[in-house]
Amino acid sequence: MTGNIWVLAEQWRGRISEITYEGLALGRELADQSGARLEAVLVGHNVRALADTLGRADSVLCLDHPLLAEPVASVYVDVLAPLLAERKLAAFLIPLTNVSLGIGSWLAGQLRVPAVNFCKDARFVDGRLQARCVLYGGKIEAEVAVCGEPAILGIWPGARPPEKGRSAQPPAIEQVTVFPDQTPSVRFRRYVEPARGDTDLRQQEILVGVGRGIRNKENMALAENLAGVLGGVVCGSRSVVDQGWLPLSRRVGKSGLTVKPKLYFALGISGAPEHVQGMRKSGCVIAVNTDPQAPIFDVAHYGIVGDVIELLPALTRAIRARKPPADDA
Amino acid sequence: MKILVVLKMAPDVVEELDIAPSGTALDPRGQRMVVSESDEHALEEALILKERHGGKVTVLALDAPDVDEVLFAALAKGADRAIKIKGAAKGLATSVAADTLAQVIGSELGLTPADLILCGVQAVDDLDGLIAPLIACQLGLPFLGIVTGLWVDAPGSRAFAIKEYPGGVRGEFEVAIPAVFGIQAAERPPRYIPVAKVRAAMKSHAIECIPAPLPVNAVTPLIQVLAMRKATLAPRAEILEGSPDGVSARVCEILAGRDLI
Ligand SMILES: Cc1cc2nc3c(=O)[nH]c(=O)nc-3n(C[C@H](O)[C@H](O)[C@H](O)COP(=O)(O)OP(=O)(O)OC[C@H]3O[C@@H](n4cnc5c(N)ncnc54)[C@H](O)[C@@H]3O)c2cc1C
Repeated sequence: MTGNIWVLAEQWRGRISEITYEGLALGRELADQSGARLEAVLVGHNVRALADTLGRADSVLCLDHPLLAEPVASVYVDVLAPLLAERKLAAFLIPLTNVSLGIGSWLAGQLRVPAVNFCKDARFVDGRLQARCVLYGGKIEAEVAVCGEPAILGIWPGARPPEKGRSAQPPAIEQVTVFPDQTPSVRFRRYVEPARGDTDLRQQEILVGVGRGIRNKENMALAENLAGVLGGVVCGSRSVVDQGWLPLSRRVGKSGLTVKPKLYFALGISGAPEHVQGMRKSGCVIAVNTDPQAPIFDVAHYGIVGDVIELLPALTRAIRARKPPADDA
Repeated sequence: MKILVVLKMAPDVVEELDIAPSGTALDPRGQRMVVSESDEHALEEALILKERHGGKVTVLALDAPDVDEVLFAALAKGADRAIKIKGAAKGLATSVAADTLAQVIGSELGLTPADLILCGVQAVDDLDGLIAPLIACQLGLPFLGIVTGLWVDAPGSRAFAIKEYPGGVRGEFEVAIPAVFGIQAAERPPRYIPVAKVRAAMKSHAIECIPAPLPVNAVTPLIQVLAMRKATLAPRAEILEGSPDGVSARVCEILAGRDLI
């Protein structure tokens, strides 16, 4: 039997993140495979009540302290590293999200243990832990073996369905006393909420998603025209928002919004995992990309290999021609 | 104020990527290398800070194909010094790169004490760790990642940073400096620099080359890539073929079939 499997039960602003349940589902498989225990590690302040939803684990280690109220990587590492060094562990699954990013790398660096990022699957093969990872913006998959324990696995959203990681049964809870640094060098001050007033993408049935392939701000009008005839709204990838071609409120993905429209056009969007995370549950995805190997074609239901600038006027014209004039906004 | 920017070269993922005959790495032949996207933002943020507070920006990179062009472009944009580390271990290991960079930062004359060390938040090939927290850990410095805004207190003893959370929420942090930041995006899009200016920088500036120090953590690799394959060899999507008008008609049928038009 190898060491136990840990899953970082990511909580943020009083809620357990969905990826925690995905991690628990994957962790459960690993623990069952190796005959080890699955333990969820819940870090924060006044989080005890959240532990009850983590029953897929055999037990929950609860690290509760006022200084752990916000997920600051260095502060979390400070309390997790000694615990990791003290207990026998095969793997620690940590969500690769905007909340927890950095914790895994730092732990691995400090403890000199293997780390594998971008994992979408993991299993033991002949007693050795192997992970399947998505690299190069989603274009390449790698099968990676770890050499040593514990291994820190950075988990991508979507590794397992979250339902498989939920359980109505409350787990055993172990309160772990921790002593975080009283004068941390990184201090949380406040949250800045997103500006209100713009369309809420999450309420839209049709979204026209635009990526860097649109090339310039002027071409955004082509996407606006398509959205206009469809009665939808334009949104975009991080690249487009970072260029200032769309406001922050229109960003879809890991650090933007998670949307679930009936129809999502992905125009000149490569399909990087951070974007896909925000739109993969759309009802119908139609992707247009010049690169036949673009990862977005693996998410889309329909794909067009071609130039979006060339296609958009034709597509808008064709849809306009089919719609009754009254609907043509 | 002294700012170090770590620039990392990574394969251009917009190009076709091929697997090497070994089956465990990318084929470097014909592969275009570009500076990792968030590193470009790290440089931009450094230049913005220099404009705001004054000081000196040094860019630092491990030797890699086309890295000279990237370093000269950084000088042309306003960096003051460019350093290329030659002879470091190659391959996928970000942990090894971070070790080398941290050693150079810690030992190279004139690099420390630096107020800020800026890295990109994540590269497309950061398989065994992220460079910013690894460097911070090795140098014993504070770290904050996914940063999209940074400013420094007048006395220079602390920085304030904006970190991105999901759903467009941002968090404001106070960080004791010196510190390492993983930059996600600069406050403004990276500035454009015409090729002529890069050429001019090649004549007026020089890149300092230094040998890579021997790794302090010369251990057997902690992970092993067993196999690599293209992820989208058989895409899930049904590919629609034809002229723009032809595929547009087909899309209309699909949308009508789903009651979307
Ligand atoms: C911590 C973190 C959080 C992130 N959060 C997000 C997020 O919330 N949302 C997000 O989107 N990204 C996010 N990213 C960034 C993400 O990794 C990608 O960099 C980004 O999604 C890429 O955007 P893109 O597809 O528009 O650009 P690219 O990846 O550059 O792709 C452009 C695509 O356009 C195609 N193309 C080029 N010209 C044409 C043309 N004429 N016609 C058709 N196609 C064309 C190209 O083949 C390419 O596939 C995050 C990254 C990190 C590290």
